[in-house]
Amino acid sequence: MTDDAFKNDLLDVDPLMMDVLLDHYKHPHNFGELEGANIVYEEGNPSCGDQLKIMAKTKDGVIEDIKFSGKGCIISQAAASILTDLIKGEKLERVRDLTKDEMLENIGIPIGPMRLKCALLALKVLKAGVYGQAAWPGEEEE
Amino acid sequence: MMEPLPEISALPFDVDRVRRDFAVLEREIHGHRLCYLDNAATSQRPKAVVDAIVQSLTWSNANIHRAIHTLGYEATVAYEEAHKKVARFINAKSWREIVFVRNATEALNLVAGSWGLANLRAGDEVVLTIMEHHSDIVPWQLLAARLGFVIKFIPVTADAVLDVDAAARLITPKTKLVGVVHASNVLGAINPVADLREMARKAGAKFLLDGAQSVPHMAVDVRALDCDFFAASGHKMCGPTGIGFLYAKKELLEAMPPFLSGGDMIATVTTEGSTWNELPWKFEAGTSAVAEGIGLGAAVDYLSTLGMNNLFSYEKELGAYVLEKLRALDYVTLYGHKRGESLAVFSFNVTGAHPHDGANLLDRLGIAVRSGHHCAQPLMNALGMDNTLRASFYFYNTKEEANRLIHALGELRKLFAR
Repeated sequence: MTDDAFKNDLLDVDPLMMDVLLDHYKHPHNFGELEGANIVYEEGNPSCGDQLKIMAKTKDGVIEDIKFSGKGCIISQAAASILTDLIKGEKLERVRDLTKDEMLENIGIPIGPMRLKCALLALKVLKAGVYGQAAWPGEEEE
Repeated sequence: MMEPLPEISALPFDVDRVRRDFAVLEREIHGHRLCYLDNAATSQRPKAVVDAIVQSLTWSNANIHRAIHTLGYEATVAYEEAHKKVARFINAKSWREIVFVRNATEALNLVAGSWGLANLRAGDEVVLTIMEHHSDIVPWQLLAARLGFVIKFIPVTADAVLDVDAAARLITPKTKLVGVVHASNVLGAINPVADLREMARKAGAKFLLDGAQSVPHMAVDVRALDCDFFAASGHKMCGPTGIGFLYAKKELLEAMPPFLSGGDMIATVTTEGSTWNELPWKFEAGTSAVAEGIGLGAAVDYLSTLGMNNLFSYEKELGAYVLEKLRALDYVTLYGHKRGESLAVFSFNVTGAHPHDGANLLDRLGIAVRSGHHCAQPLMNALGMDNTLRASFYFYNTKEEANRLIHALGELRKLFAR
């Protein structure tokens, strides 16, 4: 078992993509508390202990600023960093339109079934905060 | 009265021979030979157990206790015999002290729902340990909310063993039950149950052991332990899922009201009321998990043939090897294993790597470990642990597999340190 074999095997991820993800994990964008936020929502995934709080400031239906805080695995935390980048400056309707598939595409690595909730936690928390969706993204019809 | 089986296996323990009984250990996962280190969650099942279940399902299937026909007779005898095997395995005085349930969780719910409901009231105290699995906490919490008794927890010391001095203060004449996890599913610690039993006895309290983690790995003698209740799951000891057992002293089971009720647990039913079947059937309402019970009997046979003392010695040596290797890694924070005797169960963190990511990466190397809070959140909180990785070994694991784990942790560290 060589190190190279391990790296190629690693999460089935291109090492370059892994570096991007690691960078989001270690230096998350939009991380911290947001003073004066009018949307604040927090939820965890009890099975793994991940915790995520999303805070947003909106004006005239536009997300002017957004931050998150929390703790968890590389996928859940990088996903929150990526999502907040994606949604900052967008209209609120964008949150409603954002699908599970688009979220996964933005994460950019293959997500196995056991890690799906890690990948979707941020989007779930955001949707719950913005318009009260209780279901996991992709499970709205179930 | 039943006599314990002598330890018949005088043969030296041969791990290579034993591994051949578990087909799954030959399996490749993501291009690597499976290295199964999630035994504290569930063990693998040897061929002998699978064969016994298949035999029951395909050749001797019938409902037990009522059928007059041949298949019914065979199923009834085999299912009762499984109770006898378990009774011998843990040295119960009578096989009627063995109640088959779905798992240790159900066994503990039975104790709370039957004995607890009948015997506890406001003003009483139940003393548990902070090391308990949720299954020995939540049933008592639900009952306490109904009855108004108080639950107290024996804490752990800074080096993560039960604080026996604190236990001596917590266990008082108000205490009606002391519930202790025999071995921790998080730390592997084998708890000082004799000391705690003495405290319980002096206080006049019942003494309950959660043996889900202990009985798969060590010789258990309920008469020597002198516990009132002992709960265990079949699937952690080479048996199938859906079957476990509760041992309780006969006089307790006789006095306790039924837990689940309906078919098979009655002697007579009239519109005015019912009387109860003899032990252990009084506590086994409805059609039993017959094939699973027979599978548990086969698991006990399998373990007895290998010899529990042989298994314990082998795992102890393997555990010491793993411990030394883990301690040598400065980026690994290991919980427990500082003092006292432990099973080969290791909870730890790799600096910089979330346990979920760790378990994911290890899986890619064919190594199955657990990540999370291990259904023991109060213990995790007490020790300031958040989530951990957990590697739990069994008798079919090897030093070579331990080396693979250690190597993989190095790779994990490299990835998250870059």
